[in-house]
Amino acid sequence: MIGPLLKGLGKTLEQMFRKPITIEYPEKKREVSERFRGHPRLLRDETGRIKCVACHLCETICPSKAITVVPEGGPQMHDKHPREFIVDLARCIFCGFCQEACPKGAIMLNRKYELAQYRRDVLIYDKEKLLEE
Amino acid sequence: MDWIVYAVITLAKTALLLFVLLTAVAYATLMERKVLGFMQLRLGPNRVGPWGLLQPLADGVKLFFKEDISLPVGEPRLYAVAPWVTAVAAITPFLAIPFADTVAPETVQIFGHTVDLARYGLHRGVVADLPGAILFILAISSLSAYGVVLGGWASDNRYSLLGGIRVTAQMISYELSLGMAVVGVLLVAGSMRLTEIVDAQARMPFIVYQPMGFILYLTAAFAETCRTPFDLIECENELVAGYHTEYSSMKFGLFQLAEYAHIITVSAIAVTLYLGGWQGPWLPSGLWFVLKTGALVFFFIWVRATYPRVRYDQLMTFGWKVLLPLSLANILVTGCAVAMWG
Repeated sequence: MIGPLLKGLGKTLEQMFRKPITIEYPEKKREVSERFRGHPRLLRDETGRIKCVACHLCETICPSKAITVVPEGGPQMHDKHPREFIVDLARCIFCGFCQEACPKGAIMLNRKYELAQYRRDVLIYDKEKLLEE
Repeated sequence: MDWIVYAVITLAKTALLLFVLLTAVAYATLMERKVLGFMQLRLGPNRVGPWGLLQPLADGVKLFFKEDISLPVGEPRLYAVAPWVTAVAAITPFLAIPFADTVAPETVQIFGHTVDLARYGLHRGVVADLPGAILFILAISSLSAYGVVLGGWASDNRYSLLGGIRVTAQMISYELSLGMAVVGVLLVAGSMRLTEIVDAQARMPFIVYQPMGFILYLTAAFAETCRTPFDLIECENELVAGYHTEYSSMKFGLFQLAEYAHIITVSAIAVTLYLGGWQGPWLPSGLWFVLKTGALVFFFIWVRATYPRVRYDQLMTFGWKVLLPLSLANILVTGCAVAMWG
């Protein structure tokens, strides 16, 4: 009866000298993987144009209806781009369906995950906010 | 006129002891959280001050300024008194425990008048050098059960009441084994005066003669202080928080203080009875006492990090059917040995 008790004590003492696994969050941030699904963002192509062609596929597939796209015609024939592109991060479930559906690779999920805000309207991202790194 | 000097010295010693003990209690809470943290691969509190060293202070301030919720039902007077009974009963035994060799010269000259301090043992490192110190300690420290059971009853809450009742049953079962385990030491030392027991361990600490007694004492002490694995009185999954469910603010703080003071007290008694008290080479005697007591307090925390809580019937069975017969056998063997070689 005493043997297992002593073995248990030895085990806990052994743990005491191991390195703690705590990540002290606000100072040190957790390293997320390459494929981490964080905030959605819009991408530009090499010439600096928004890749998005306002095809509404992401808006259609979005299961939580977080995306709103308002299209706008360009000066040339068949030129179409979003006048407004709004993502409500309070609704977004970070499923990545928009990224899969996009034929142009224009919308991607980045690796940011700090979502806490004091006000809800801060989480409604417009085109300019989505184009930030 | 000598009595003025006696009174001043005793008061000074008591004040010093109280200050050191309360500080130790505050840091025992930090030590518990830190050690448990490290054993669970966490860091423990480290935000308040360097390495979290000011955490007890912050906790104290927080407890002090919390709202003191008083109950509209139950027994308000007993409800208010209960934490004090527990806290006082947990601290008082320390008065009889020798914590150092000597703290004052045997005689002092005051205005050309010689006062003999050795007459009442006032030069020694103990507040009250009682002839029956062990009896005093056992009697006072078991009073803390009253505070707990009164608190549980006065809260007018079934869970608190069950917690309080568990304390009485547990105390009665284990107080017996605790007292019986101590008898072995008394037989070997031939005295109940703690200073004499410590002096008798000058060559060899009593743990060498009483290894069984030491283990029995520690086991019973875990039950006495209601620590894991015997902390059934505040068993969260059955009793919410047991007897202190309805307590808040400094009343809760007093219960908490009593718990840790109790741990320190039983550790100090174990050090005095089995580990040679303040005796040790090289270092000053008071430091040895603190180090040994600290090691035992660490052991209490270590055990908490290791073992799960026992079931209530297991607790009772273990107390009456294992611990008590073993302590009686220990007395028998010790008695025979003392009669033959002592």
